[in-house]
Amino acid sequence: MLSIDCPWCGSRDQSEFSYGGEAHIVRPKEPEKLSDEDWGDYLFNRKNTKGRFEEQWCHTAGCRRWFNAVRDSQSYKIEAVYKIGEQSPDGIPE
Amino acid sequence: MSSQRLPSGGRINRGRPLEFFFNGRRYEGFEGDTLASGLLANGIRLFGRSFKYHRPRGLFGSGSEEPNALVQLGEGASTIPNLKATQVELFDGLSARTVVGWPSLEIDLYAINNRIGRLLPAGFYYKTFMRPRFLWDWYEGRIRHAAGLGFAPTEPDSARYDKRNAHCDVLVVGAGPTGLMAALVAGRSGARVIVADEQAEMGGDLLSSTQHVSGACPWMFLDNLVKELSLMDNVMLLPRSTVSGYYDYNFLVINQRRTDHQAGIGDIVSRERNWRVRARQVVLATGAIERGLVFADNDRPGIMLSSAVRTYINRYAVRPGRTGAVFTNNDSAYQTAVEMHGAGMEVKGVIDVRQRPSQERLLQMDTLGIPVYSGHGVGGTRSGRQGLRAVELCRLSADGRDVLTQKGSLDCQVLAISGGWNPAIHLHCQSGGRPKYDDDQACFVPDKSVQSERSAGSALGIFQLGNCLSDGVDAGVHAVRETGYACAHIDIPYASDRTGSAIEPMWNVPDGVLPGRGGKKFVDYQNDTTAADIALAAREGYRSIEHVKRYTALGFGTDQGKTGNINGLAILAQHLGQSIPATGTTTFRPNYTPVTFGAIAGRELGTVFFDPVRKTPMHDWHVAHGAVFEDVGQWKRPWYYPKGGETMESAVRRECLATRKSIGLLDASTLGKIEVRGRDSAEFLNRIYTNAWSKLEINRCRYGLMLGEDGMVMDDGVSSRLGDNHYYMTTTTGGAAHVLGWLERWHQTEWPELEVFFTSVTDRWAVASIAGPNSRSLLDRLCSDIDLSAGAFPFMSLREGSVAGISARLFRISFSGELAFEINVSADDGVALWELLMEAGGEYGITPYGTETMHVLRAEKGYVIVGQDTDGSVTPADLGMDWIVSKTKDFIGKRSLARSDMLRDSRKQLVGLVTEQPETVLPEGTQLVNEPSTDYPVPMTGHVTSSYYSSTLGHSIALALIKGGHTRMGASVYAPTLDGQCIKAIISSPVFYDPENKLHKT
Repeated sequence: MLSIDCPWCGSRDQSEFSYGGEAHIVRPKEPEKLSDEDWGDYLFNRKNTKGRFEEQWCHTAGCRRWFNAVRDSQSYKIEAVYKIGEQSPDGIPE
Repeated sequence: MSSQRLPSGGRINRGRPLEFFFNGRRYEGFEGDTLASGLLANGIRLFGRSFKYHRPRGLFGSGSEEPNALVQLGEGASTIPNLKATQVELFDGLSARTVVGWPSLEIDLYAINNRIGRLLPAGFYYKTFMRPRFLWDWYEGRIRHAAGLGFAPTEPDSARYDKRNAHCDVLVVGAGPTGLMAALVAGRSGARVIVADEQAEMGGDLLSSTQHVSGACPWMFLDNLVKELSLMDNVMLLPRSTVSGYYDYNFLVINQRRTDHQAGIGDIVSRERNWRVRARQVVLATGAIERGLVFADNDRPGIMLSSAVRTYINRYAVRPGRTGAVFTNNDSAYQTAVEMHGAGMEVKGVIDVRQRPSQERLLQMDTLGIPVYSGHGVGGTRSGRQGLRAVELCRLSADGRDVLTQKGSLDCQVLAISGGWNPAIHLHCQSGGRPKYDDDQACFVPDKSVQSERSAGSALGIFQLGNCLSDGVDAGVHAVRETGYACAHIDIPYASDRTGSAIEPMWNVPDGVLPGRGGKKFVDYQNDTTAADIALAAREGYRSIEHVKRYTALGFGTDQGKTGNINGLAILAQHLGQSIPATGTTTFRPNYTPVTFGAIAGRELGTVFFDPVRKTPMHDWHVAHGAVFEDVGQWKRPWYYPKGGETMESAVRRECLATRKSIGLLDASTLGKIEVRGRDSAEFLNRIYTNAWSKLEINRCRYGLMLGEDGMVMDDGVSSRLGDNHYYMTTTTGGAAHVLGWLERWHQTEWPELEVFFTSVTDRWAVASIAGPNSRSLLDRLCSDIDLSAGAFPFMSLREGSVAGISARLFRISFSGELAFEINVSADDGVALWELLMEAGGEYGITPYGTETMHVLRAEKGYVIVGQDTDGSVTPADLGMDWIVSKTKDFIGKRSLARSDMLRDSRKQLVGLVTEQPETVLPEGTQLVNEPSTDYPVPMTGHVTSSYYSSTLGHSIALALIKGGHTRMGASVYAPTLDGQCIKAIISSPVFYDPENKLHKT
């Protein structure tokens, strides 16, 4: 069981959290202007990164806040946590 | 059977004799005995039968590595199968049975399998019983009877089990000399320490040792050490506690057995405790497990691990037999010869496969008068009625591969064998670390640490006591420093060790006969896997040790191959002509030893844990009035209220008609309720719902649909505006939690600039819904401060006031198509309101109805239930609900509705169905076809989502999703049934009742 540092509550067991998949996927501002393919890409296509990976987590059974984490998908180590809207440590904006 | 108990010594309490029963016979032992040592002391050598060949088996080990001596402990609800007799502590009145052997241990009819063993190679069952397939069920029953181990209890266990979460600075796994020294350093330094050991007593190998430490006898040294640790407030000692799993982030699970060693306290304290520990540092002082030697007929009762013989003599004061011999490939077993001699056994010789054992050892044996047969092997064994009787000697070639000459035999009852030592690297590997092969010591040792752990002592491949003591100190110092404590001073105890074990690997002892002749050479005793099975697997093309494991069952037993796995993989490596490291080990997975289901479940037993039960405020009234309940999500909802001997069908018919003709009363408290507040509430709802919310007037209600971003219907409900920046959302009963999470996620991750707040208030309100033509008249009597007339209180609006003196919020919402009011009161007033409504409604024949009637009433109106009539692949247009989808604003899922597939004419669309025979009710979920054809495969055209008999209309009705259904009104479809019939139905509008939509607006 992972131990995850909630940016608001501190270190808690993984069982208090739920997983939200890849982070930094921004909803298109004007969806109607996107082609079906581009919209489908936003909707369905996700990275399957081996190694450092930015993803969303929610402290569901705690403060119920969403946040981002950088997790190594090989070692399961969570390298960093940061708030929604902040730039990732690897420089992915917002 | 004479007593084999030594006159003195051992860690048993001779002042506390105990009576116990094995296979129904009475025996005596002492406090401090295990079932194994107690039986051995009574001269018992036959402990069980093997799994496949039903060969007689005796003790092989002395702890959790034991493969043979499996017992069923106790009887009835608390019985436990497949315990190792070596781990069962004796208590007064203990009763145990062997698990294999039919009809009895001594006379086992299945022992015929041993005679026909040539016909039962690896994979025999797969190869033989594959065809015909339909007979497998029969075969399986027979095979299980022949091969089964113990039996699971058939009644619920009355004992309690619990769990405990803990944090510590240093978790020390294993309380042998290494672990205790590490714990001492950490404890003296002030760190919070947990020491877990699977045995009843702390001490590990010191308990079986005669070797002095710092000039003192080992038990005195041990007593002082344990006493000091037990007095430290920051150190917790957990005996009988197996660290069964090592998970991510230094999360370890300890399984502590608290009552099974004593009779009759199981109901007072918890039987087992499951510790879930987050440790900052872990010291793995798990020791090493001796491995056997693979030679012909190496499984006779009396052939034991050398370390086990030493343990029975020193710790339990039991002589395993009158005569003995030693068979080894390393130095460590010579000590066993010394101790067998010391216990008064006649030691017939040490058989050593090495050509040149050390001079020191030879001298030692010479002094005791024990002959050493160097460069020899055991080519076979013979048994008498009580197990081993003699071993046959062979002179081996210099490379150890061949037998040069047969050299006669040694008569002995006990053969102590040692094939070397396997560090217990299980937890290191579970933590993510890799095993590394150490050629010099012929064993796998831990490679680099991946988590905050350090293996120490024998677990690291350090086999000398003195070195273990100092490595334990090193490990303690390391853990203390890593956790930020100042390290306390400690004197390292010393022990005089002979250096090195000088092992020469011997994986498969030659017996000088042709392959396939001679005795069976067992590698895995519990699963009867032999060297020949592994050779066969290699010949048949198996290359991966993981595959060979699954094919031959090597290491699959309850002992998980603790003594046999390495021998097995080395034999495979020989057959494949590759090195041992290239062959590799199988994966080490939790649990280290078997864990009971009770320990895993803890107190979280029964349906309450697996899904919490939610009850409405009126629940007790429903129970008192005979409601039959239905589970909706976690909620218990009244399904129908049978009167007298009513069937569900007649109860629902009565409830439906009463509602349509006068008044029905529904408990609607379970609907999800979310307060939405804040300056941007309307804007937020605009983005979440498909329709627009900004212009909704205060005190008005609106139906809304939520879609996923994929455009599929996700939830629905009526939401109302209570104030300028205040909305009150309702959701489906089952979708409430998901919708709250959905709102929060969009707000926090996508639109944090919107000022909006969500509060779940589902449980704060009790909701009684009255529906039917007389509902206004009834409410008029109870409500004086609200004008209930259609003009003053129109459909889809809300008012606040009081009902029979209870302050209430009234909604004119209808899910039945009738004139209806939803009365919301504080949850505490729910029962009072309900009873007042029942009382005042008496003269109208007010009738409480459940979810089944609710479903019929709404289906008559063609109202969908999300999750029943939709399945995540249905759009608003599919439901014929284009009218609720805004063309002008964006909302979640809108773009998806314009994708080409969404515009396809042949999508499944919601329609009504009326069967040709009015009484016939279509089965829900049934597939529909266009033609009653038997020309398979028949193309599917849709399926039935809801189906009921409508008493109001006098015929059955159904809702269905049918390809292109909206343009197929009046067409016929067919529902093939399981009995080969085909029900004809006509496609219709889904609105069967009051199609002009007038009644609910009156």
